[in-house]
Amino acid sequence: MDILGFQIPTYGWQTVTGSAISGVFLGSIYALVALGLTLIYGVLHIINFAHGSLLMLSMYAVFFLWAGLGIDPYLAMLLVVPGGYLFGYVLQRSVIGQVSHGRDEIILLVTLGVAIVIENAALFFFSADERSVQVPYDLDGLDLGVTFVVYPELVALAGSLLITLGLWLFMTRTDTGKAIRAVAKEREGARLVGINVEHIFAVSFGIGTACVAAAASLLAPTYAVHPQFGYLFVLIAFTVVVLGGMGSFVGALAGGFVIGITEQLGRLYLGESLGLITISVIFILILLFRPTGLFGQTPH
Amino acid sequence: MSERGRTIAGGLLFAPLAAVPLVVTSGRWIEFLELTLFTAVLGQGWNVLGGYGGQYSFGHALFFGTAAYIQALLQFKLGWSPWLTMWFAILGAMLVAAGVGYLSFRYGLRGSYFALITLAFAEAFHVLSRSFIGLTEGGRGVQLALNQDPAQAFATFQFNFAGPFLSTYGFYYTILVFLSIAYAAVWWMQRTRFGAQLVAVRENEDAAEALGVDAFRVKLGAILLSAAITALAGIYHVQKFLFIDPGIAYGPAKSVEALFAPIIGGLGTVLGAFFIHGIGETTKEIIGTFWQERPGLDLILFGVILVLVLGFAPRGIAGLLGEAWRRATDRACN
Amino acid sequence: MPPTGRATDVLEVTGLCKTFGGLRAVADATLSVAAGEIVSLIGPNGAGKTTLFAMVSGFLKPDAGTVQFQRRDIKGLRPHAACRLGLARTFQVARPFPNLSVHHNIAIGAHTRYRRRNQALAIAAEVAERLGMASRLDDHAGSLTVAGRKRLELARALATRPRLLLLDEVMAGLNATEIDDIVAALRGIRATGITIVLIEHVMRAVKSLSDRAYVLNHGRMIATGTPAEITRNPDVIEAYLGHGAAARLADGQIDA
Repeated sequence: MDILGFQIPTYGWQTVTGSAISGVFLGSIYALVALGLTLIYGVLHIINFAHGSLLMLSMYAVFFLWAGLGIDPYLAMLLVVPGGYLFGYVLQRSVIGQVSHGRDEIILLVTLGVAIVIENAALFFFSADERSVQVPYDLDGLDLGVTFVVYPELVALAGSLLITLGLWLFMTRTDTGKAIRAVAKEREGARLVGINVEHIFAVSFGIGTACVAAAASLLAPTYAVHPQFGYLFVLIAFTVVVLGGMGSFVGALAGGFVIGITEQLGRLYLGESLGLITISVIFILILLFRPTGLFGQTPH
Repeated sequence: MSERGRTIAGGLLFAPLAAVPLVVTSGRWIEFLELTLFTAVLGQGWNVLGGYGGQYSFGHALFFGTAAYIQALLQFKLGWSPWLTMWFAILGAMLVAAGVGYLSFRYGLRGSYFALITLAFAEAFHVLSRSFIGLTEGGRGVQLALNQDPAQAFATFQFNFAGPFLSTYGFYYTILVFLSIAYAAVWWMQRTRFGAQLVAVRENEDAAEALGVDAFRVKLGAILLSAAITALAGIYHVQKFLFIDPGIAYGPAKSVEALFAPIIGGLGTVLGAFFIHGIGETTKEIIGTFWQERPGLDLILFGVILVLVLGFAPRGIAGLLGEAWRRATDRACN
Repeated sequence: MPPTGRATDVLEVTGLCKTFGGLRAVADATLSVAAGEIVSLIGPNGAGKTTLFAMVSGFLKPDAGTVQFQRRDIKGLRPHAACRLGLARTFQVARPFPNLSVHHNIAIGAHTRYRRRNQALAIAAEVAERLGMASRLDDHAGSLTVAGRKRLELARALATRPRLLLLDEVMAGLNATEIDDIVAALRGIRATGITIVLIEHVMRAVKSLSDRAYVLNHGRMIATGTPAEITRNPDVIEAYLGHGAAARLADGQIDA
């Protein structure tokens, strides 16, 4: 086929399978980023535009810990996850929660404002240069026959599964998790039974940011960071979250894999540039025809 | 201030703006004013749909970029006159608006969902314009030939070599005329049933429907007018810079710029967009002076202002001014 | 389906059903309203009255049944189209356009019939005058009291020049004087030839205003008749007061 000088190639099954498998690994990274976003949406009912910039900020934290103190990016998780939690908690409690009132698109704009501040602060202080962590193991990996998987990709996949499991256990087994679910379901009712809703909002935002910080640790060995890094992920993360159903962890995981595989196959067949359109197209279609997503509840 | 009062105040700004060349001779300051007016056109386009209609688009680059590409490509590939291509540019932006509007409004996307889908469409066009190299020249962008013949200045809609006056002020007046058209369109809209119904849809869509307002058609009308005004900004941009590429056309910067002005200035107001862009560009200039082109600080400031305005001044800076004015007159009366 | 009602029927609803996720909100509801009538629709909270209104006015799509307005099938028509045909509704919780003046609020209704701005504004002023809101024309709708908002709902609907008005609890939350005012206003509206269906809990108003009443309970029409007949109907008493109440009432165990 030939469309405006554009050709759609044909491939053997090995290539396609290999591409799909690397899509699973890519998808686990998307799921990692989307987990925090879906948690924040599920509890606060806000679409957090700043999510991508928080990822970018966490990536810088991991990078500087490595560059300055020689801390391994995976080990850095022990520092950036609590740091992310604190940052998110304070951001929600003292900024977003203070100014977010009224219609949901206004709140979306508030988070956009926060994203602009964070991105440009990074640009101002760290410049537009790409920075990447160098680790000795970033090129070693497993040969799966149809594709080659580097260890950081395997770790990211395992990480995404573990974090999903961890979040699920946290939400169902702990008192804080139960309080979060109560607030997500019935805000006013939770307030009436004495739950401090503002605190729970901030805790949820903190956990969402901690997730993104964990994602940053897992991404650092394979991705270089720059101030616009978050924007690349924010639309994809939205797509994953909407596809999986806003507020659903399992949905985010499944949505991540769907998007990852689609993107890789899209790149294979449509090329590096046009392949990216598959994400926007899925996003548009899902918004139009099934805004509750594949695993979602009805929107509030 | 009443809506009428604001419109009059807005209109009164045009007289001094038209007289600017009598006072301002520095090319640098003219450039600054031009950029201010350019963003005001973008803002006014967004304002029709977002401010008056309550439909917050996060992807107005769609209309800016489409108009810009059509304006550039029809000249570049077919050698058409820019005076002809501009009509196709406006039409093209409106066609895209019709498609996006039809889908979004038919399937009832409101609030953040509308914001997200416009963002997604802009991103899709970004990828398309980068990918279909045969059509758009891809990431390289489209570079139009610079006309150096003063006699051809008007025919080519390029004022760079059009004599001492036009080479300085030609594009200034171009964007001033475009802004006047945008103002006139909004001024007209406010006086029609369409305008009244659009505001009713913003205020409460169900109530408007119950009162005989076809919300779907009204929103579609708004996105078409909004796209047409935004297209003017695209046409100016191409004629002025003779260049367009996917990032300029469909990147997030133009979408954000388009909603900055009316939100910070005051929704549904036209004076506000003007005001804030004066300040915005000034800040940029001052920062540029102190930090020698170190980027970022101006946008940090803008982000902070955006958050503060959303949190504490829902009617924007124009709203704050109106409030101050009301207090002052109250005090004067007592 | 051929029209079955009387020649003067304005609204003819047959077998209307609506289910929300397993919950039958309205089941097989039938109702007919003749021109010039004032008909009340009463029933306990959650009986499905508002859902019925929403289906008639085009805000909800019925699962089954027919809706005829002035002998024309209007099922599936969007709300604005129904309004243009002459069917106007108000909302239980008033939905003013809060940032617009009372005058501009009412003018939106008037625009249904008049394209020109100044014509619509003139009609709006006229309607406001008739409902005693002339002094509030320049007030922001958002600043009105509950009573003012209810009245504005009525004024806006009236400005669309309807043949039929569906009024959803226009008297809820009003004091006795305000209720008397609205009752008088509704009488005046009926005198101009407009048919009215109202959902109402204020029984005093139902009795003094309506020619007939329908009673909806658990989504089903359980009774119809004059207000006097309705209040004596044992099914209705049971629906309101609980099982066995009618018998106890007859035995004199409960004061009616």
